[in-house]
Amino acid sequence: MSTLLAAAGSLEPAARSYLSPTGQEVVFLLVGVLVLGAAVVSVTTRQLVHAALWLVVALGGLAVEFLLLTAEFVAWVQVLVYLGSVVVLVLFGLMLTRAPIGRSPDADSGNRPAALAVGLASAATLVTLVVDAFRSSWIDLSGAAGTTRLTGEYLFSHWVLPFEALSVLLLAALVGAIVLSRKER
Amino acid sequence: MHLAYPAVLAALLFSVGVYGVLARRNVILVLMSVELMLNAVNLNLVAFDVWLRDTLHAGQALTLFTITIAAAEIGLGLAVVLLVYRTRRTADVDRITALGDRHEAELADERPAETEKAQVTA
Repeated sequence: MSTLLAAAGSLEPAARSYLSPTGQEVVFLLVGVLVLGAAVVSVTTRQLVHAALWLVVALGGLAVEFLLLTAEFVAWVQVLVYLGSVVVLVLFGLMLTRAPIGRSPDADSGNRPAALAVGLASAATLVTLVVDAFRSSWIDLSGAAGTTRLTGEYLFSHWVLPFEALSVLLLAALVGAIVLSRKER
Repeated sequence: MHLAYPAVLAALLFSVGVYGVLARRNVILVLMSVELMLNAVNLNLVAFDVWLRDTLHAGQALTLFTITIAAAEIGLGLAVVLLVYRTRRTADVDRITALGDRHEAELADERPAETEKAQVTA
């Protein structure tokens, strides 16, 4: 609770306003627009391989956003895991299921208007709620909070047990994937 | 930085993911939309971690865990998708309905045939 008060208490209305955004805010906004546009194209395009490539743009832009929020290590993990392995896995999956290279007319299902309604409704609700809740909250970006050294220290002093449990889970998932995709003799 | 920027971006990205999950027909595209939703949550976790200046850095630690779980999820998910494709020759969620409730029209078609059969045997 004290951290909450400290974070909210460091409010300086004179120095901080919507009308004079800092350089970091401008860059965050520009990269955010790019991420959002790439995400929208990725879920609406009819070319399946292009959707995966636009997903690369969106996830890479999110890594830049993490860097802007001083979470350096998380940003590089994002690049390594998402851009390096998840997208490659998705492309492999698209090729192994013989996805058409050109436009495929049946990429979207019939309930597209309903999906659009649900998406717009959730966007409107969440944005209204979030803007109303955090109208006067500011992030203090001075001092690096996510350098690799700091990340290693807290990860291996406070989070050792979850970390090890997660490595067992990853191994189980790997073995499960191999068992599932093995061909029966 | 104003906290509303990352929070609004995460909310919009999550909604885009919701739209993708509901509107897409190919299973792999649905999985990609799920990845978008997970990333929106990651952005929220990182932003609130930097805002609260938690000594345990719970937000960033949980972000790393979420990324790992997402990698495990996409690996297993694609294995399941490949298995389904190998047995059914389709990766179309609308056509994989073997476990779903049967359509009422289908049931209505079957019912008269059953009653006829019952009459014949009687």
